Amino acid sequence: MSDIIAAARGFFRGAKGIADAYLMVLRHLFRKQLTEPYPEFKRELPERTRARIVLTRTPDGDERCVACYLCSGACPVNCISMQSEEREDGRRHAAWFRINFARCIYCGLCEEACPTLAIQLTPDFAFAKDDIMKFVYEKEDLLIEGGGKHPDYDFYKHCGVAFGKAGKGERPGERPPVDVKNNLP
Amino acid sequence: MSMTMGIVVLFVKMLAVLAVLLGMAAYMVLLERKLLGWFQLRPGPNRVGPFGLLQPIADGLKMLLKEDIIPRDAERLLFLIAPALLALTTLLAFAVVPFGPDLVIGGQVIPQVISDLNVGLLMIMALSSIGVYGVALGGWASNSKFSLLGAIRGAAMMISYELPLSLALVPVVMLSGSFSLTDIVNAQQGYPFILVQPLAFALFFVSAMAESKRVPFDMPEAENELMAGFHTEYSGMRFALFFVGEYVNMVLLGALTAVFFLGGWHGPFLPPIVWFLIKIMITPFFLIWTRASLPRLRYDQLMHLCWKVLTPLALLNIIVTGAFMAG
Repeated sequence: MSDIIAAARGFFRGAKGIADAYLMVLRHLFRKQLTEPYPEFKRELPERTRARIVLTRTPDGDERCVACYLCSGACPVNCISMQSEEREDGRRHAAWFRINFARCIYCGLCEEACPTLAIQLTPDFAFAKDDIMKFVYEKEDLLIEGGGKHPDYDFYKHCGVAFGKAGKGERPGERPPVDVKNNLP
Repeated sequence: MSMTMGIVVLFVKMLAVLAVLLGMAAYMVLLERKLLGWFQLRPGPNRVGPFGLLQPIADGLKMLLKEDIIPRDAERLLFLIAPALLALTTLLAFAVVPFGPDLVIGGQVIPQVISDLNVGLLMIMALSSIGVYGVALGGWASNSKFSLLGAIRGAAMMISYELPLSLALVPVVMLSGSFSLTDIVNAQQGYPFILVQPLAFALFFVSAMAESKRVPFDMPEAENELMAGFHTEYSGMRFALFFVGEYVNMVLLGALTAVFFLGGWHGPFLPPIVWFLIKIMITPFFLIWTRASLPRLRYDQLMHLCWKVLTPLALLNIIVTGAFMAG
């Protein structure tokens, strides 16, 4: 007799499990859908989203890149290549700068390696092409106006050291020091 | 009715049934994708046409334009005819399904069924047994391990679910006293058989789920283990034919459930054909709902269920029904 009761209890527990699964699924029919229909609805992406790479400029409008090859060295898929060159004013810059986006994995290591904050990743991820050769971006395709995520930064601006009568950033051509405790992007 | 007139009417009926059926199968695919989407909080296909209503046409075009690949080591003839076998048997079964009461047009009585066989139920059973040849032969002829495993599972399933499927229908035949589907529907004038035969309905429904080779009994095409099971090697229109067979089979099971247990076209207020369509759609909806709800069984579990649970229950049901009818 107790066997029958146990069997019946097991049967009803199983049946309840299945019925619960069905009801749970049915309830989803009346819930709000989570899908965002993409081309009509474009989500606002965070500023630090890693997608298409750009080369930025200093606040003066000069190009930031000093062709130090650090991004090229950091790149795990070797998609960045360039040729460094000395400008008339003695500064180094890239004679040509090339990123093959067909290879790029958008890891952001180049951005981390860059000492001048020149190379930056932008949230613009939708740039599909019909030909793989069109993914090879030259310097003129990469350079944008403005400083990207760090509009005020300039690698060659400095505040110097406190020496003699003048404190930090008080000599000509020097800037006041940056508050490093409030330096987040 | 003259001979030629009869043949014309027959062909018109066949064409209408075939067209409606293939259209329903195509839109059943859309319905399934839509419902599965909604069950999973997605919108489902909504790009082709308004609300994705032209999706089946796009799918059909895609299938037609795809390359029809025949593997080098396949058993050519069997490989070619297997999908047709599956689609043919399911389509053929609709020849005996009645869609409504006899129409009287200009003094002529036109039954709304292609052929009111007096052994209609047996014919459907026979056709559903032959249908599994499409699975078994297609899987074997592909000469692929996945296909072969799928085919074996299909055959093993068939010998398990066919018995409770047939036995569950015996009480229906006992109550209506006929193998003809039209007579079975007419016998449910007062009340549908589901009210007096809930157990037979449940048995039939579970077996029918197995027959449709869908979740939770989709072992022959278990995509996680067997890629696509028996139709792994198929592509293009032949794959589409398997697909058509599967979805027509869903409609067929809906129609059979409606005819055997839900009272066919009988119902208040609405015209008979509308009632029949509504009742047909209940089973496919439930099958899709099931697909979203339940995981897959192992095929030994299905055999255990069919042989040790469903078959004895069906036999018991027959005995009890017989006792009530005699007493």
